[in-house]
Amino acid sequence: MAKRSVWSDNRFWQRSAAWITGFASVLLIWLTFDTMAQITIGTDADIKNGVTKRVPAPTVINYKITYEMSTKRGHEVPIIGGNDGQGMSLFQEKELFFGRDDWSEEEAAELLHLGKLGSQVKNCMNCHTLLGNGAYYAPDLTKAWLDPQWGPDGSMQAMTGKNTKEEAMAEFLQNPSKYPTHARQMPNLGITAEEAKGLVAFLKHMSSIDTNGFPRNFGKIEGAVHGK
Amino acid sequence: MASNHLTGIGRESKQLATWYFTFAAILFGAQLLFGLVAAIQYVMPAFLFEVLDFSVARMLHINALVVWMVFAMFGAVYWLLPDETGIETVGIKIGKLLFWVFAAAIVVVVLVYLFIQVGPADEMSIWFIHEGREYIEAPRWADFGIVVVALGFVANLFLTGIKGKQTGIVTVLMADMIAFSGLYLCGMFFTDNISMDQYWWWWVIHLWVEATWEVYVGALAAYGLITMLGAHRKVVEMWLWIEVTMLFGSGILGLGHHYFWIGTPEYWWEIGALFSALEPLPLVAMFIHVLYDWGKTQGEQDAQGKEVSVIRNKPAFTWFVLNAFGNFLGAGIWGFFHTLPQVNLYTHGTQFTSAHGHLAFYGAYATILVGMMYIAIQGTNGIKVMNHTKSSIWAVSLLTGGMMGMTVALTIAGYVQVLVSRAQMGATWAAYFDGQSGIWFAQAMDWRLIMGVVMFAGFALLAKDFLTTGKAPVHQR
Repeated sequence: MAKRSVWSDNRFWQRSAAWITGFASVLLIWLTFDTMAQITIGTDADIKNGVTKRVPAPTVINYKITYEMSTKRGHEVPIIGGNDGQGMSLFQEKELFFGRDDWSEEEAAELLHLGKLGSQVKNCMNCHTLLGNGAYYAPDLTKAWLDPQWGPDGSMQAMTGKNTKEEAMAEFLQNPSKYPTHARQMPNLGITAEEAKGLVAFLKHMSSIDTNGFPRNFGKIEGAVHGK
Repeated sequence: MASNHLTGIGRESKQLATWYFTFAAILFGAQLLFGLVAAIQYVMPAFLFEVLDFSVARMLHINALVVWMVFAMFGAVYWLLPDETGIETVGIKIGKLLFWVFAAAIVVVVLVYLFIQVGPADEMSIWFIHEGREYIEAPRWADFGIVVVALGFVANLFLTGIKGKQTGIVTVLMADMIAFSGLYLCGMFFTDNISMDQYWWWWVIHLWVEATWEVYVGALAAYGLITMLGAHRKVVEMWLWIEVTMLFGSGILGLGHHYFWIGTPEYWWEIGALFSALEPLPLVAMFIHVLYDWGKTQGEQDAQGKEVSVIRNKPAFTWFVLNAFGNFLGAGIWGFFHTLPQVNLYTHGTQFTSAHGHLAFYGAYATILVGMMYIAIQGTNGIKVMNHTKSSIWAVSLLTGGMMGMTVALTIAGYVQVLVSRAQMGATWAAYFDGQSGIWFAQAMDWRLIMGVVMFAGFALLAKDFLTTGKAPVHQR
């Protein structure tokens, strides 16, 4: 009888399936441990000690956040409290958030908790994308906090009659259909003043997450299409 | 689906399968209906504004998708289990009870989605309204219900597989279904950290649709080839093990392509790119496998001088072949288009993803599950050779043509979005709306809606065929 080739042997393939699946799973679990350590939310002490975390502490809302090129990494990164010139955060420059820049660790965490809950309960993700995931019926919210539309040169502060970014956002979130910007509007979701505050804190915090340069060139190009 | 011809071993299990298939078919219709609402809203934003908003319509659209597929998958297992193991499914009474629990829970969840829609930002809303996490929005109470139902299903499968004949197909299904059910647990917690949230959320979504569901489809295709063509089990099962090796070998670490931009470290770029780029390979293998077995069995038949088709169920086989190709095209090609981080930086979160999602779910899953429904109709009506009817041909043509048209339209919309909103304008609010208001984007969305209507017409014919083909005179009994 001719010797049978291993390549047409069911048991060989069954064992290969088991070994390869096992190996891939173990590797995934090992990488998961490393990733968990890297994306665990930071502490206020980290910020005070100038430690850059991929997901900073909720107290990041006390600081000025920008999105700038890192020379080392070759793409944009969130800069918290000022830039050292190379694209590293200085954690110095503060920024008022609803009139305060001394939100304690507990207060900020509470606000973020409310905002994250709100982002799920109000179903943001089934119109918007968050970190690029979700639906495509409305703009991505990853860096919404840094969107020029809400800044001093944007139209939203004047439209909502507010003088700061956070107040303009909170006002819009509570009465979205009162401030239509396009034929496609955001519906009224019954967001209260407190929930709106939480949601804005959630957005500001999300803008401080290191997303490896996504989205590219955010807010850098104005009117390239229509040549403003 | 009448069950008068269901006799002998496995009668109860097959009857339960028809229940699952019936409920799945109804939810498939609901999925298309809410998809149409969302498609209309892209073209006419005032449509049902603040009545049934896009967010609600879309949540119903994608949840109906997931749930009808899970129902059809459970149903297909209950259908094939007696054929494979040679015995009646163990614990079938509990299986039937769990079906009603599952169906009732889904009805309650849908009614709450429709009529309550949104609540205050607290844990109660997460527990009783919805969790607001794409694809697995079901409220927490329903999560626990789903876990109980899934445990019952897996227990039935295992007890039957251990007691009866344990074929390669059953072995694969046992290993696969326990992973499939277990992974759902990864989506059942709340965290304030959105990066952490999305990390585990992808364990459910990706390790379902790009790993465990694909392996499930491989097992189903193997079963289909044996029952519909009389393909050799040994050859079919060897292919199945090769497919499992390749699918899990690429799909498990391919998970990394969802970790490029959610706050996770850079090494996922390389891991995600490498392994997800390999993901289309098993899909090519599966396509070749189906055509190979078809050609081989038909060739053997021809060699004996018999000029008859070896296919015992033509409509089901049509759907199975569409699955083999659609899986490769929708999941493989359309997925590969944007899986490398260099491309994905610009395509992530655009209609490009939506184009891929539509064709992949349809090509990889909807097709084969509809095929299984036809196999069940054949069995329940005692049909020896099942042929196409006019409706079955029109149904498959309109559904598939509509889906292809929609995919092309969404791909074009995606290109516009990538080029205008992302590359040219830098992804801001203004950039987003500049892209959306462009004429090419608007036209693409018009075509998407038209193609959605074509699909819906196809579904109406499919439903008609499901209800009537059992008694049609075209079949050999």
